[in-house]
Amino acid sequence: MNTPNLEDMGCGTSSATKDKKSEKALKAALVIQNWYRGYSARLKTRQRYALTIFQSIEYADEQGQLQLSNFFSFMLENYTNVPEKEPGLVTRLFGSSIQDKDRQDYLGLIEIPDSYCGPRLQFPLTFTDIDLLIEAFKQQQILHAYYVLEVLFETKKVLQQMPNFTHTNTSPSKEITICGDLHGKLDDLFLIFYKNGLPSVTNPYVFNGDFVDRGKNSMEILMILFVSFLVYPNDLHLNRGNHEDFMMNMRYGFTKEILHKYKMRSVLMPPIPMDGDRAEKKNKLGTATVALGIRTSGSFSEQLTKQEWEQVIDILWSDPRGKRGCYPNTNRGGGCYFGPDITSKILNKYQLKMLVRSHECKPEGYEICHDGKVITVFSASNYYEEGSNRGAYIRMSSGTTPRFFQYQITKATCFRPLYQRVNAIESSAIRMLKERMISRKTDLIRAFQLQDRNKSGKLSMGQWAFSMENVLGLNLPWRSLSSHLVTTDKDGNIDYMSGFQDVHIQKPVKEVQSSLIETVYRYRSDLQIIFNIIDSDHSGLISMEEFRSMWRLFKSHYSVHIDDSQFDELAERMDLNKDGSIDFNEFLKAFYVVHKFDQLNKSDTKLA
Amino acid sequence: NLNLLEDGKERKEEVAVAEFHKKIKEAFEVFDHESNNTVDVREVGTIIRSLGCCPSEGELHDLIAEVEEEEPTGYIRFEKFLPVMTEVLLERRYRPIPEDILLRAFEVLDPAKRGFLSKDELIKYMTEEGEPFSQEEMEEMLSAAIDPESNSIHYKDYITMMVIDEN
Repeated sequence: MNTPNLEDMGCGTSSATKDKKSEKALKAALVIQNWYRGYSARLKTRQRYALTIFQSIEYADEQGQLQLSNFFSFMLENYTNVPEKEPGLVTRLFGSSIQDKDRQDYLGLIEIPDSYCGPRLQFPLTFTDIDLLIEAFKQQQILHAYYVLEVLFETKKVLQQMPNFTHTNTSPSKEITICGDLHGKLDDLFLIFYKNGLPSVTNPYVFNGDFVDRGKNSMEILMILFVSFLVYPNDLHLNRGNHEDFMMNMRYGFTKEILHKYKMRSVLMPPIPMDGDRAEKKNKLGTATVALGIRTSGSFSEQLTKQEWEQVIDILWSDPRGKRGCYPNTNRGGGCYFGPDITSKILNKYQLKMLVRSHECKPEGYEICHDGKVITVFSASNYYEEGSNRGAYIRMSSGTTPRFFQYQITKATCFRPLYQRVNAIESSAIRMLKERMISRKTDLIRAFQLQDRNKSGKLSMGQWAFSMENVLGLNLPWRSLSSHLVTTDKDGNIDYMSGFQDVHIQKPVKEVQSSLIETVYRYRSDLQIIFNIIDSDHSGLISMEEFRSMWRLFKSHYSVHIDDSQFDELAERMDLNKDGSIDFNEFLKAFYVVHKFDQLNKSDTKLA
Repeated sequence: NLNLLEDGKERKEEVAVAEFHKKIKEAFEVFDHESNNTVDVREVGTIIRSLGCCPSEGELHDLIAEVEEEEPTGYIRFEKFLPVMTEVLLERRYRPIPEDILLRAFEVLDPAKRGFLSKDELIKYMTEEGEPFSQEEMEEMLSAAIDPESNSIHYKDYITMMVIDEN
């Protein structure tokens, strides 16, 4: 600090005292400022680390999801090879019990009771229906299944007649607004409409997919968007995201939300067809918006060809990166990473100016990359946790630069100070990470012990970080996170078993091996999805025979090395057998992680 | 045997450097949004501080000049950042302020020894003296430091709280 020493300048005593005082104050201020800036930077970094953890785990789960899709494809291909005693199972799995019934057949099954006081839609829909829905949803009413079905059928009809690409015109007096992922966060949609106005002929919108899953109002968002689309089909554009997929919905919460809100399970099977894709471009000539798409009617048994399916994944799952070229998206397990050279090539080829896409959560709600040619916009604020990120939307028109609007929903009437918010998301992220660790405990210990030649129970930081990254498959700043996960001695060496100290998986049955418990815990989301698909009447029960068969098939595809007899023993001992059927939800719920220092017993990370 | 001693010392330093490299890489990568080994120059201060160093704004300015391109692009490349940052860590430069010095700094600004600073006083010092805070920095500090009832900052409690939070 270059503060001049005023005493050396030989000033008079009274002014010297005053100057000395102010010099002291200056120095003191510098100390405080310096300290604060360091503290603030570390706080922001902790926030970033937490986000990195959330994102890594999310993408790793997506890998799991794609692996599950592969599992079903594997089963489909092996249909003829399935042994004799299991044909019933596979028919249940792949025989589509859903014929394309008539709209009237479905609607005829439902009656709206007089006691229903939720919103009532009137077809043909008008803007008053949009207002009606918004008001009703603000009061947390639920739209009756009858209207839901009507909207779905109508939307399907209109979408099937539309082309894959949509062109739209803009002008400085008619800007278009582009929104990214909403993921069932109704408050964010309300905020956007409040700040930016409702959709109309003069206020067009594009929604870039991922309307559902994770948030708790996927259904309401979908209804508002579909109704708005039906009222303004040329001004409200819906693009498909990777979550517009019934298998994703089973893992990530939309299916669960439906089953919870609408107890009429058997009626809600018609899958939602969606056109369009999240890629949207702006024509160099200035006025076109283009939506790429692959049309699919979505039903599981009406397969796209393998190549078409891979194209869909490429479009819906890829992410831009700084490295040139195109290479597999190893984080997510599907799609690719594409570099700025790829972007330039494609944009030039089709004479387009810009690519606006979503799919990735950004701390500021949006991000620009590839020299301004690619914009990522994400509209679900607090996506991972309260305080994790802002949401944003873009307004643009031909000839003007895009304008960005950011926001963040907060439940508290006044903001909590930053350090409290960071603490909250940090503990949440670390908690998730610890659950990951415990679900791979056996593999981790094996990897640690391989490096621990003299069986000291300790490893160097480098050795520990290496094993963690390899076994968990998560690209995280392990050195920086180590203080949250393990204990380190004064030489900087890590006691690797300390990472498993305050977490364990509750053993539903004492006698069963830990590795089996771990495995079931690790794959519980996949297993739940598989069981739900087998359970075609949504009773929550499947036969013991089907339960065992599915486990065996799963085991072989996922190369899980667990004795069949062990699994059988587990199932029997858990005594969830109800007349030869097993309640699989009860079964899976019994595998949960206990955090030692929790007041609650169960882990917060729920099954989707 | 002097040679062995020297070798041992060298080896130790090699290992230390390797570990620093990995640590620096981790901190850098978190801000490398496009995964192309560059970060926005505006985030370099945060990265350096996250590695435990506490340069003043002036010192930070000098550091940035060292790692910037000849023609500043607004981005800092990892290849330039790594060697400079490694030196900083090896030389243990820009050590953080110990808790007691911080406390004394607050006490200097509170000559009447009341045990607190009023909101206005803190704002005046932080935004007018030293290396002044931006409005955002000021608001951020106030949100956590201020006791809303008395509209003042009880600095001893504040410091204790922050120190606990970091550990």
